[in-house]
Amino acid sequence: MIEIAVALIVWIAAWMLNAQLANGPSSDSTAVRLLVPAIFGVTLIVIWELVVRGLNVPPVILPAPSQIGATFVTMLPILWQDFVQTILKGGLSGYVIGCTAAVLVAILADRFDFLRRGLLPVGGFMAALPIVGTAPILVMWYGFGWQSKAAVVVIMVFFPMLVNTVAGLRDTSSMQRDLMRTYGASWWQTLIKLRLPAAMPFIFNGLKISTTLALIGAIVAEFFGSPTVGLGFRISTSVGQLALDAVWSAILVSALAGSAFYGIMALIERGVTFWHPSQRT
Amino acid sequence: MKSAFLPVVTVVLAIIAFWYVAALPMNIHETLTAAENAGISVNGGDAKTRAAASGIVLALENAGLAAGGWSLDRPRLPAPHQVAAEFYETTIQEEVFGRRGFVQSGEFSKKSLIYHGGITLSATLLGFVIGTALGILLAVGIVHSRTMDMSVMPWAIVSQTIPIIAIAPMIIVVMYAAGIQGIIPKAVISAYLSFFPVVVGMVKGLRSPDQMQLDLLQTYNASKSQGFWKLRLPSSVPYLFASLKIGISASLVGAIVGELPTGAVAGLGARMLAGSYYGQTAQIWAALFAAAILAASLVGLISLIERRTLRRMGVQP
Repeated sequence: MIEIAVALIVWIAAWMLNAQLANGPSSDSTAVRLLVPAIFGVTLIVIWELVVRGLNVPPVILPAPSQIGATFVTMLPILWQDFVQTILKGGLSGYVIGCTAAVLVAILADRFDFLRRGLLPVGGFMAALPIVGTAPILVMWYGFGWQSKAAVVVIMVFFPMLVNTVAGLRDTSSMQRDLMRTYGASWWQTLIKLRLPAAMPFIFNGLKISTTLALIGAIVAEFFGSPTVGLGFRISTSVGQLALDAVWSAILVSALAGSAFYGIMALIERGVTFWHPSQRT
Repeated sequence: MKSAFLPVVTVVLAIIAFWYVAALPMNIHETLTAAENAGISVNGGDAKTRAAASGIVLALENAGLAAGGWSLDRPRLPAPHQVAAEFYETTIQEEVFGRRGFVQSGEFSKKSLIYHGGITLSATLLGFVIGTALGILLAVGIVHSRTMDMSVMPWAIVSQTIPIIAIAPMIIVVMYAAGIQGIIPKAVISAYLSFFPVVVGMVKGLRSPDQMQLDLLQTYNASKSQGFWKLRLPSSVPYLFASLKIGISASLVGAIVGELPTGAVAGLGARMLAGSYYGQTAQIWAALFAAAILAASLVGLISLIERRTLRRMGVQP
């Protein structure tokens, strides 16, 4: 029980430290802004470790963070293969295809108003549906390989991306469009020089939402059948073997991949839409 | 909304037409095999060469037989009317006319999608209510405590970028090992999927009153709790509803995925899994449509409540 007491003390001490930092004089500085959540995260992990040890929680219920870390390191080569299979092959290729297709359809829908008025409600409706349910069908069609996962990802990212891009392409004022007309700009020139750049904040919003959806699609599709590699496969088989440390390692990989993927898109966004008010510091 | 009806109908009809056309090359291999077994000569060589040929080429070569792909027993892509028929059989037919149906026996038949949809819906709603309640509580804490804001909020935002649904199989199995099964594990998954959108939206909403409004309350000598109940909470309602709509569809996905890993026997996810094991494609599609209808009605219901609430509150005309 000594560990539980220590855990309690650690919690109170860390919380008081954070309260000091957050309400202190330099609470707006970047260092404190990074430090406070870091302390909170580390505290949670320490408490997790102490509680698991103190209460002798069996590893088939909840493994300790140290054990997960050790497993993560020893499994690194396997997890790397899973990462390549699920994220790079399944997720990324589907993401690229789906987002490209959605932008092209959005441009088409923007060109023909009738199409836009029809597609937008349908797209908004589809974006709210549990599209991940198409996974068993697509796995049946395209086999167990990464192609079926890419197909699920394509469908999952398509509609949110479509809705965002269509909204973005309409986000120019009539004053701006009139200016282009006085320049004698053609529809294409207006699209390339005015409307696509103006749509970029919306497009990147869609791209960022889609990163998470892509990973969800790629992982869940593997629950319906996969070769003996992949994050979803690792999670479902390791759960079956009650090897929870391996499951947590795979979850850690998907969490890291998810935040990295999102972070990369956010960085690109900052470079592309540097003119937008939300990017000014 | 100026006359969206005609364009929407056109798009939907175009999708259905495309579906019918796509069903032909998708099912052509099975169609030709069935035709050959029935003694009809087919173009495109024997079964082996056909297996390697593309569906579109085969469908064009056997244009007369291809329509058989709309009435196969176990098609790769069932035609819309087959899905509709399966859907009708497993809902109205089963419940109203079936021996085990609701009308005859007083309880929902275990073979009907209404029964499976109900199982999934109950887990979804329970999880959604728990997740939303916890999310609102945490948001209130975050808005009132700077320490909590700085410690928890970055993690709540990061959690939106990671595929948390990957934890679902583990939650099911661990809770099963701990002796908890049935609706609770699925509700837990639904709860944590709807939790983070609600936290993020609610924090945004509680912070939405601008300085002028806060200052006005100060001049009225309003206490902190009065400021919360009379200004912050009402102005957070539009944001809350936006998050609720995201949360409820996330909850439904959570409940469906929660039914996959343990080989659950009931629920829409279990229906899909069973369909994919036994090659009953029409069954998967019917379950998919049931899930879509469920999601659409849940989101529609929240939109309706949103509209009425906001109108009562005077936010919208």
